Amino acid sequence: MLALYHRDLTLGLRTGSGAMTGVLFFLAVIAVIPFGVGPDLDLLARIGPAVLWLGALLSSLLGLERLFQADREDGSLDLLLISDTRHMLAVTVFVKCLAHWTVSVLPLVIVAPLLGMFMNMPAEGIAVTTLTLLAGTPAITFIGAVGAALVVALPRGGLLISVLVLPLTIPVLIFGVAAGRAAVVENDPFLPPFLILAALALFFAVLGPAAAALALRSADD
Amino acid sequence: MSESSRATARVTALANPTRFLAFTGRVLPWLGSAAVLIIALGLFMGFTAPEDYQQGITVRIMYIHVPFAWLSMFCYTIMAASALGTLVWRHPLADVSLKAAAPIGATFTALALVTGSIWGKPMWGTWWVWDARLTSVFVLFLMYLGIIALTRAMDDPGRGARAAAILTLVGFINIPIIKFSVDWWNTLHQPASVMRLDGPTIHPSLLWPLLVSALGFTLLFLTLHLMAMRAEIWRRRLAAMRRVSARAVDGLAVQENAS
Amino acid sequence: MPQVPEATELAVKGLAGERGGEVIFSEVSFSLAPGEALLVTGPNGSGKSTLLRILAGLLQPADGSVLFRNGGEAWPNLGAASHYLGHLNAMKPALSVEENLVFWQKFLGNALTSPLKALESVGLDGIGHIPFGYLSSGQKRRSAIARLLVSYRPVWLLDEPTAGLDRSSGMRLQELMRAHLGEGGFIVAATHLPLGLEGAREISMAASA
Repeated sequence: MLALYHRDLTLGLRTGSGAMTGVLFFLAVIAVIPFGVGPDLDLLARIGPAVLWLGALLSSLLGLERLFQADREDGSLDLLLISDTRHMLAVTVFVKCLAHWTVSVLPLVIVAPLLGMFMNMPAEGIAVTTLTLLAGTPAITFIGAVGAALVVALPRGGLLISVLVLPLTIPVLIFGVAAGRAAVVENDPFLPPFLILAALALFFAVLGPAAAALALRSADD
Repeated sequence: MSESSRATARVTALANPTRFLAFTGRVLPWLGSAAVLIIALGLFMGFTAPEDYQQGITVRIMYIHVPFAWLSMFCYTIMAASALGTLVWRHPLADVSLKAAAPIGATFTALALVTGSIWGKPMWGTWWVWDARLTSVFVLFLMYLGIIALTRAMDDPGRGARAAAILTLVGFINIPIIKFSVDWWNTLHQPASVMRLDGPTIHPSLLWPLLVSALGFTLLFLTLHLMAMRAEIWRRRLAAMRRVSARAVDGLAVQENAS
Repeated sequence: MPQVPEATELAVKGLAGERGGEVIFSEVSFSLAPGEALLVTGPNGSGKSTLLRILAGLLQPADGSVLFRNGGEAWPNLGAASHYLGHLNAMKPALSVEENLVFWQKFLGNALTSPLKALESVGLDGIGHIPFGYLSSGQKRRSAIARLLVSYRPVWLLDEPTAGLDRSSGMRLQELMRAHLGEGGFIVAATHLPLGLEGAREISMAASA
């Protein structure tokens, strides 16, 4: 399993374009926000956590298309499926999700503080929002894996993944932004939404890979 | 043979697509007429029922809005049950049921949203508010559209059915979570000033027409669902026949070359 | 070296396969003992690949059963006991040939020969450090065959194993297959060319009517 994580990591870093595009997209989204809502610094600071979360959510959905498709195109997916008795398929999917998160989503979390500064967020707000992104984005990857597995056989499934997955990510977005707001808006509690966010991530870590494994197995029939 | 196993055998026999077509062919006219009659009765009762002292005439939209909202959830439940049928028993009729129900469910959900919005306009002063209930139904609507988009995108019916089934079940598991988070989000942003449209207490004179109307629309849904299932079965048979005839032409060509 | 017990048997009964909702073959039955090979022949579209995918457990059979008897705990079913070499090579173009093989060895377990040795036996010595994407199609196929050697599996399911191979590489593959059979392995190969395996049984898939 470590070998699989290592392989996907190496592949992601070597081909590299996926992570790069995601970060650029994130940057572009944040850059156009002030043009849309105006350069009012107070307003930007107030909506900062929400904007960072929306940008990260959309950017992390971008690269999902290739999660299983690359393995399907070169036949590796067949071998991963056959090895089901040795490595449970859901665990294989889980590991692939982790590798994908490390390569494509972690960079988004890393650049988030920088983009938070563009949004005129206070230091504390930036720290808290980054923390919520760190805890919440894995949930998006896990639930996104279901979408990626469902459209694995479709040649242009990327947009469809976003359509299928976005409604399911609403809870993650709600609690992620709520926890992030705690630092910018007075009197908003931090811990309850953050704990629920962590619980969601754990729940999706089970549901996502299990459903994605089921989808992959039936994708070929 | 025990009673239960006989019942199972009857259901299994019905689950054969040909028997299903024959059976529904006989049942449909009755079901359809019953639906129309009961809906007419429900709406008649609704219009003769007393008006709400606060909301006036607008309350009457409740007699279609509430059935639509109920059907938006009922249909999703039917689809989740069909999804289990597809994934666990691999039954072709379950595939057909899921695929046929999705557009109907989406339509009822859209109608629930539209009627809810019309009902809310006089009270909210605007067509749309991000009320917890409306928002949840809106998300449900998006999920319906996702399922439809997925079934449309898959050209192989078997593969498409299983993909749609998995998506439906994942959505079904997520609905309570989405509902919970939307409620939570709503209280965070709009502290308890939202007006409740239908409180827990409702006067019997309003309740009876509502129940009759809900029953009528449920029968209408079942009629539409069975009709859509029949259409889908015919569509698949037609596709299969076309494939066979395409191959027959191919076979003839090969024979001619050989001779 | 892991060996399968004498009593192991690969038994297929009344198998039917479908594609796109249509049955393309039915009533396929055979059984293999250790050291036996089966060649699946037939024209394109007769369901050779589908048969192999069903054997590997990648597709559900429309009817019938696939059993791997007495495989013990190590090989509970045919999929677990099989190497599957499909049309695609299952190697990543961005990784070197050796990295690819090292990954599959770790992932598949039951390490048998080292990746470099395996490359040597398919005649690709000294090529291990080159990214897989730079190889010619024949070299790609040979390095995919090397994958069969890095981990042990009693059953080889080969779909057109000679595709893209020249004559001498084809001979080398024959030797590898003979050696595998000699150690009590099983081979099921779909092919339209003779593979030069003496005593191999053959079933011919008729063109679908």
